[in-house]
Amino acid sequence: MLEIKNLRAKVGDKEILRGIDLYIGAGEVHAIMGPNGSGKSTLAHVLSGRENYQVTGGSVTYQGKDLLAMAPEIRAREGIFLAFQYPIEIPGVSTTYFLKAALNAVRKHRGLDELDAMEFLTLIKDKMSLVEMSQALLNRPLNEGFSGGEKKRNEILQMAVLDPTLALLDETDSGLDIDALRVIAGGVNALRSPSRAMIVITHYQRLLDYIVPDFIHVLYNGRIVKSGTKELALELESKGYDWIKGEGAALQ
Amino acid sequence: MLTSASKEPYLAAFKGLRASSLPAGPAWLEQLRQAGIASFDALGFPTLKHEDWKYTNVEPIAAQSFAQANGEAKSIVGAEVFSRGMIETDAPRLTFVNGVFNAALSNIANLPQGLRLGPLAEFISHEDAAVVDHLGRLASAEQQHFVALNTAFLGDGAVVDLAPGARLNRPIYLLFVSTSTAQPVISQPRILLLLGAGSEAKIVESYLGVGDKAYFCNAVTELVGGADSIIEHYRLQQDSDAGFHVGTVEASLARGCHLTSHAVTLSGALVRNNLRVLLNGAGAECVLNGLYLADGKQHVDNYTLIEHVSPRASSLELYKGLLGGSAHGVFNGKIIVHPDAQKSDARQTNKNLLLSDSAVIDTKPQLEIHADDVKCSHGSTIGQLDDDAIFYLRSRGLDVAAARSLLSFAFASDVVQRISIETLRQRLDDYLVGRFGAW
Ligand SMILES: Nc1ncnc2c1ncn2[C@@H]1O[C@H](COP(=O)(O)OP(=O)(O)OP(=O)(O)O)[C@@H](O)[C@H]1O
Ligand SMILES: [Mg+2]
Repeated sequence: MLEIKNLRAKVGDKEILRGIDLYIGAGEVHAIMGPNGSGKSTLAHVLSGRENYQVTGGSVTYQGKDLLAMAPEIRAREGIFLAFQYPIEIPGVSTTYFLKAALNAVRKHRGLDELDAMEFLTLIKDKMSLVEMSQALLNRPLNEGFSGGEKKRNEILQMAVLDPTLALLDETDSGLDIDALRVIAGGVNALRSPSRAMIVITHYQRLLDYIVPDFIHVLYNGRIVKSGTKELALELESKGYDWIKGEGAALQ
Repeated sequence: MLTSASKEPYLAAFKGLRASSLPAGPAWLEQLRQAGIASFDALGFPTLKHEDWKYTNVEPIAAQSFAQANGEAKSIVGAEVFSRGMIETDAPRLTFVNGVFNAALSNIANLPQGLRLGPLAEFISHEDAAVVDHLGRLASAEQQHFVALNTAFLGDGAVVDLAPGARLNRPIYLLFVSTSTAQPVISQPRILLLLGAGSEAKIVESYLGVGDKAYFCNAVTELVGGADSIIEHYRLQQDSDAGFHVGTVEASLARGCHLTSHAVTLSGALVRNNLRVLLNGAGAECVLNGLYLADGKQHVDNYTLIEHVSPRASSLELYKGLLGGSAHGVFNGKIIVHPDAQKSDARQTNKNLLLSDSAVIDTKPQLEIHADDVKCSHGSTIGQLDDDAIFYLRSRGLDVAAARSLLSFAFASDVVQRISIETLRQRLDDYLVGRFGAW
């Protein structure tokens, strides 16, 4: 589904991604871990088309198409979804209103009929229960004054509504209490399917107890320095990143 | 250049009215008018040299000669102006056409208990005690050019007089329509809002221009908020592309009075709003919300002055402007905290969004604090649409144009959502969708 080959990207003069290779098949869940500042969010943003990152080399093929040639909105309509590490607040427009506009843009692209207000409400009611969000919250301005946990739930709700093929979850677990973590992980698991792939960025084994990944990769200094199966997370949890950093240095 | 010649037509018109056979009206009123014309003669039109008019050149108004309005209403279709003016037709309503009361388009039957609502001219002809008492008290003709001009020609307008303790459950609508006439006209409505102690009311002044010819509407509102009254005052302006509008609101709030003001300017060639609030009693509160949209070559200037006179009063002000084309916006917000006004709480925010490279905004917050135990803050921002927000929306499937229009809508709707009259809020949101909604 997704093939990343030797991807390099910089912001300003600073090279942040320094040759990433990653292959993701349909239905797979890949976790990406790694110390602060290693480039995890940058990778997620580059995949979703953020323009202030400049791709300086490599290629990304998504469902056989050149992903890097697509505008961010086309990527979204083609099924890529990024759950932001820091969701944006937009006073003045409610989640419901915004999400209906987004869903209809996506549906149009996919050759589906646009939903009217009633149909949309029915759809969103169904998805709300998935992340235990209230209607009241959805009627409030998008993310404005939302707690950290509410913002993250909102991201997963949006993901559920937009029905992506490839979901990128950037630290969706950070700032969550244990109950919220369970709810969100439950929501994510419910969306796992043979046709949907996910990249889960996290610092914590905790999340991976709930969302069990097929593969784990460690990103360090702009490169994937180690890949393995779910046992790798346990090893990282007990040993920290230092031994990996050593391997990273050896790689260079 | 503004010269003293620009005021001549008004001085002549004033004399002309007196020479005609029209009855002069009661002596107290004639006194007010005489004082008004004397001030206007002394002040003339403001120039850019005047501190409060630094960014607004009123020459387009001063250079035209406007005829006194006669209220001709031939071309007015009630349903149309009510709809555009965002009026609930089953609520109490006064309608004025070019400043003159129009009974056919008004609805003052079966008024609720405690409410007196009617055209000012009628109250004047009865020499109504409350009107005699309050007219011209708050709005000072001495300092303010356009109040002086309005006072000189004092004639008609609206009176809302709400008895102490009376609580209205429907808004009151005051609709002022300016029309295209063969010769451009001036209308100068005067509005007197008297809210008794402990009363509650929502009052909507809606100004609407129809047609494409020039006119000048110079309105003055005096609002007297009784102790512990709860007031929502709305000023909705939709002047035509050639319409000039100067609107002045002078409010005085007694102890514990709570005023929420919503000033919404959607259009007009040259619009200047003056809103002056006196927090005159301990614990009085005002919330001032403002939204101004301008496009093309429009000019919109919001001047607000909040005076904390008594202790423990609070003011919370949020004005937002959205400017496109080569429009020019001005926000001039002054807060004065007087020596006795200890424990004042004053917060002011002005946010502006420039949608084009040639749009201009001048924003000038001013704090004057003469007491030591106060909390005051002010901030103003001028910006383009936020790149992070645009990317967030694009990452959800909206294209750039849709993201931009949704964010513009959201920026404006943020103010609209503070409006408590549901139909008005809905109508304004629909308006904004119509104006920005390309998603
Ligand atoms: N717009 C930017 N301008 C300058 N530097 C940037 C920008 N975006 C990212 N960086 C830098 O790139 C590096 C990688 O950042 P990134 O956010 O991808 O890290 P991360 O792995 O997601 O870290 P964390 O675990 O803290 O979220 C950091 O050093 C960061 O400061
Ligand atoms: Mg990150």
